[in-house]
Amino acid sequence: MVTFVFDGSFEGLLTAVFEFYERKPGQVQLVWDKYYQPLMLEESIEIINDETKATRVWEGLKKKLDPQWLQTFYKVHLAEDAQTFSDMFDFARYIFDNPKGAEANFSNEHVIALSKMERKISRERHRMKAFIRFQKTADGIYYCPIEPDFNVLPLVAKFFKDRYADQQWIIYDVKRRYGLYYDLTTVQQITYEFVSNIDTRKVQLPAELTDEKEELASLLWKDYFNSTNIPARKNMKLHIQHVPKRYWKYLNEKEGKN
Amino acid sequence: MYDRIREKLNILADAAKYDVSCASSGSTRKNDNNGIGNSSSGICHSYTEDGRCVSLLKILLTNHCIYDCAFCVSRKSNDIKRAAFTVDEVVELTMSFYRRNYIEGLFLSSGIFKNADFTMERLLRIVKKLRLEERFNGYIHLKTIPGASPELLIEAGLYADRMSINLEMPTEAGLKLLAPDKSHEEVKKPLGFIQQNITQFKDEKKTGLIKHVPKFVPAGQSTQMVIGATPETDMEIMYSANEYYKNYSLKRVYYSGYIPISYDSRMPAIGTQPPLLRENRLYQTDWLMRFYGFEVQELLNPANPHLDTDIDPKLSWALRNLDQFPVDINNADYRMILRIPGIGVRSAQKIIQARKFGKLRSDQLQKIGVAYNRAKHFIKCADSPYLLREPDAPHLKNLIVAESSSKYLKTPQNQLLLF
Repeated sequence: MVTFVFDGSFEGLLTAVFEFYERKPGQVQLVWDKYYQPLMLEESIEIINDETKATRVWEGLKKKLDPQWLQTFYKVHLAEDAQTFSDMFDFARYIFDNPKGAEANFSNEHVIALSKMERKISRERHRMKAFIRFQKTADGIYYCPIEPDFNVLPLVAKFFKDRYADQQWIIYDVKRRYGLYYDLTTVQQITYEFVSNIDTRKVQLPAELTDEKEELASLLWKDYFNSTNIPARKNMKLHIQHVPKRYWKYLNEKEGKN
Repeated sequence: MYDRIREKLNILADAAKYDVSCASSGSTRKNDNNGIGNSSSGICHSYTEDGRCVSLLKILLTNHCIYDCAFCVSRKSNDIKRAAFTVDEVVELTMSFYRRNYIEGLFLSSGIFKNADFTMERLLRIVKKLRLEERFNGYIHLKTIPGASPELLIEAGLYADRMSINLEMPTEAGLKLLAPDKSHEEVKKPLGFIQQNITQFKDEKKTGLIKHVPKFVPAGQSTQMVIGATPETDMEIMYSANEYYKNYSLKRVYYSGYIPISYDSRMPAIGTQPPLLRENRLYQTDWLMRFYGFEVQELLNPANPHLDTDIDPKLSWALRNLDQFPVDINNADYRMILRIPGIGVRSAQKIIQARKFGKLRSDQLQKIGVAYNRAKHFIKCADSPYLLREPDAPHLKNLIVAESSSKYLKTPQNQLLLF
């Protein structure tokens, strides 16, 4: 058994697939360097990212995979999960080793693993579209800090750009310390420095930084949320299933419920 | 200083909440006028503590009403606080919520003040202002006011994504009992009129003669029936729903378990549990009709006028039709696989794809996502054991009920658990 050690990037993963066919080492496992612990009797190969090699693998996948599945393959790497990286590595080899159309084989374990992870990521992306709560700042930018389970900001950029085309906005991933900023023409990736005047650990912006109508808007939303509830139908289990508690601190209507 | 607007919102959101529709999907409006918003996705931005989705800002323009329908909280004779929004207030509220990503759009309804046209005209003014002045492309669900003139309805349809008008009670007799001034006829007329126009606009688009055909109620129409206020059977309710789905191409029929809001002796008393389980079974039946290829007569008929409470309607049907089982997963057509208890649309599609690569075994079915413990009684796959004796329906039912834990426990869920 040979161990491929890679850096957890998409390019690294594709390079690893290339190296596999280049070196034909037989049995291989792919390990993320973050979790790699060398063993004495084990042969390991460090994967050095290579754009040309990665592109060749990507082009190969493009030829063999249904476009939807190509997207799935890209999406699941955003899970930033060691097991998923290894599943992707195995899946890519399964696709290359079989005739076209093999991704439809839902009795194959790699196909199932990837399609399960894709659902998880899509659910998280959907939650971001739902649970983002903008606060309008004094200088007219709509701001929202958030902590998604997976690195899904790249997957929601277009959605927010299309929808909020006439307002500037910032969505900041507190956990991964980067964000998206839309300046009325394009969406750019921003780093921590960009929002350094804001304490991003706090969800609520301090009053002096917000627009004069922000307080009322948020208050009315909380009022609405309470008025639209029907106490006779109370069902907290269902409520929590739909709005898991870990998101509550980012939802102004759940403020104080934590 | 915020008190007045807050009080209005509380009153008019509270009065609107008995309309259960909150769908925001099915439209195709894009943000192509450099404005704000689009409506295509269908997103629930939050969920209330009763577990219902909050997707739209659902409010009444006013809860003043000239009618006295016994089942309605805004009825004329009810002694409650009344309020009315101005056109500008609704527009500002909608925009302020939408820009903060609180909502997908607006659900606007109203009590009837003065007369139908006067009310409809006011609703229309709000919708036009949102679309034309604010360049708002988010979702708008607008109530059709019964009796409003055709010109107003046509104009409303050009700005709204969905329109709806409620049947209120599943049968004409039930409605007459509680709201003598109303009839299903006056619901059918506007439903039919708008449906005709939807088809007409679509046809015009198809011919391609006119370059830009405007959207007309792109997300279609829906309706709502109150369940449990009057003594209809499940069969009557679903046959009525089926008729409206077929005759008016409705996108949705909503079933709203009656929540007692009145001391009227014709209806369940205040404090009575709303019929949540029954409501759930009706929705399951509705889904089976729309997505699983069942005819309503297969699920409900004079021999079985009520849905079982302890098991879902799909399982009930299977137990009544055991001669059609077991179904061979590796050979049966899609239609029949979809009818197996424990297999949903997604699993059925995956099975059809996966079996092209080889005969499926039970462990693979489990990985695909089939509820195997339920499905196993009704299927044959590559490694199924040979059964000496076919199980009979009552026996099978006991077996399945015993090993599944129903989400509807014996105690109602809004009752506190002691331990």
